[in-house]
Amino acid sequence: MFKEFLKGLSITFKHMLPGHSTTVQYPKERLEISDRFRGLHRLVPAHDREKCVACYLCPTVCPAKCITVESAENAKGEKYPRVYKIDMLRCIFCGYCVEACPVEALEMTGDFELANYNREDFEFAKERLLR
Amino acid sequence: MTLSLSNAPLWFVISMLVKIVLVFVVVLLIVAYATWVERKVIGHMQTRLGPMNTGWHGLLQPIADGLKLFFKEDIVPSQAAKVPFLLAPMMILVPAFITVAVIPFGPDITIGGYTIPLQITDLNIGILYILAMAGLGVYGIVLAGWASNSKYSLLGGIRSSAQMVSYELAAGLTIVAVFMLSETLSMRGIVQAQQGALYGVIPFLPDWYIFYQPLAFGLFVICGLAEINRTPFDLPEAETELVSGFCTEYSSMKYALFFMAEYANMVVIAAIAATLFLGGWYGPFPGLGAINLLLKIFAFMFFFIWLRATFPRVRYDQLMFMGWKVFLPLALANVVITGIVVVLVQS
Repeated sequence: MFKEFLKGLSITFKHMLPGHSTTVQYPKERLEISDRFRGLHRLVPAHDREKCVACYLCPTVCPAKCITVESAENAKGEKYPRVYKIDMLRCIFCGYCVEACPVEALEMTGDFELANYNREDFEFAKERLLR
Repeated sequence: MTLSLSNAPLWFVISMLVKIVLVFVVVLLIVAYATWVERKVIGHMQTRLGPMNTGWHGLLQPIADGLKLFFKEDIVPSQAAKVPFLLAPMMILVPAFITVAVIPFGPDITIGGYTIPLQITDLNIGILYILAMAGLGVYGIVLAGWASNSKYSLLGGIRSSAQMVSYELAAGLTIVAVFMLSETLSMRGIVQAQQGALYGVIPFLPDWYIFYQPLAFGLFVICGLAEINRTPFDLPEAETELVSGFCTEYSSMKYALFFMAEYANMVVIAAIAATLFLGGWYGPFPGLGAINLLLKIFAFMFFFIWLRATFPRVRYDQLMFMGWKVFLPLALANVVITGIVVVLVQS
C-alpha cells in the first residue's frame, strides 16, 4: 500500500518539474497549425478576376447550406459569381466545398480567429474571401 | 533578566504588541501566498501552469482574489439563522489564528539587558491549549452547516463534526507520546528538550522527537490533515457530492474567512508538527531560529499541497474505519510502548 502511495507522489512530483507543462499561453504563443487545417475559406484569384466559374457545386454539396452563389456572365462571355457569400455562423468547416470545386477556385486557410461582435460581420462576401 | 509586566511594563507591552503583529502578519502572508503556491504547484503537477496573467507568473493573484471577494455581494439566505450565520466564519477563523500564540519561533533575544522570549506566550499547558483550540474549530463548521439551513451545508457540518471528533482523539494520543518524553506541556519546554545531539551521542543530527517517535509523527500528520479537512480527508466540503459543504451558502468576505481559516489551519498544523517532532526553531541550520521554523512550515505546506494533487478523497466509511480501527489503536499502542520504554530507561 505504501509503495503505491510513494509511486503516486513520485509521479506528481516528476510532473511538477520544469518542462512538463503542456499549456500553450495562447495569445502570446501559438501552435503551428497543420497544412491540412480547415479554417476560413479563400477564393483563389486568377489574373484579373476570381477563378470561380459559378458552377453551383459548392452550395449543392454544402451540408450546412451556408454558401450563396449567384452566377452572371461578363463581357467576354465567361461565367462568374456575381454574388458569392459564406455565412460563417452556419459553416461547419467540413471542407466539402473545397473538395467539390472542379477548378480549385476555393481553398481553406489556417485562419481560425473568426470571433466578432456583430451578426452581419460573419457574412463573408466575395471581397472578403478574395485574398 | 526576563522582560515582564512587573519590571518594565511599557517595554513589555510594546514587545508583546510587536511580537503579536509580526506573527499575525507573517501568518496572513503565508495564508495569502499559500493559495498562490497551491494553485501553481497543483497546476504544474497536472501539467498546467496555474495563474500566469496577474503579475509575474500570477504573483498578484492573492490580491486580485481578495479584492474580488471583497466586492462581491454579501448574501444571507432568507431562511438562515442570522446570528449564527454571521458568527460561524469568525468562530472558525479565530481559533485558527490564536493557536499560533504558543508556537515558539526563535531562541531568546536580549535587548537592553532584558531577555525577550520569541514566543507570544509560554503557557505551561501549551499542548492542551492547542487541543482546546482545535476542538473549538469544529464549532464554527457545525454552526455554519446548521445556520445555513441548506441540506448540503448541514451534511457537510455533520460530516466534519464526526470526522474531527474521531481524528482529534488519535491526534491527541500521538501528542501524549511526545510529552511522555519531554515531561512538559509547554511548547518552549518541548523545543528545549529536542536540542543537542541525537540520543546524546550522534553529533551531526539534532535530537528531534521524530527520531524517537516516527510512528507518532506519521499519525500526527495524517490526523492533522483529517482535522483541518484537507484532501484526502476533505469530505466536509466534497465538491462532487456536497457542492461546497458547510460553506455552500456563504459568499463574499464570509466565504473568504472560511478560505483563510483553512489555510491558517494548515499553517498551524505545520507549525505544531514542526515544533513537536522536528525541533521547532532548533536546527537544521544553527543560528537561524525563525527561518528554520518557517522552512519546516513551508515544507509541510508543500507536502499537504502535494498530497492534494496526488490522492483522491477517501470514502466516508473508509475514513471512519481508518480513524477508529487503524489510527486510534496504533496511537494507543504507541503510547503504551513509549511508556514501557521510558520506564525501562529511567530505572
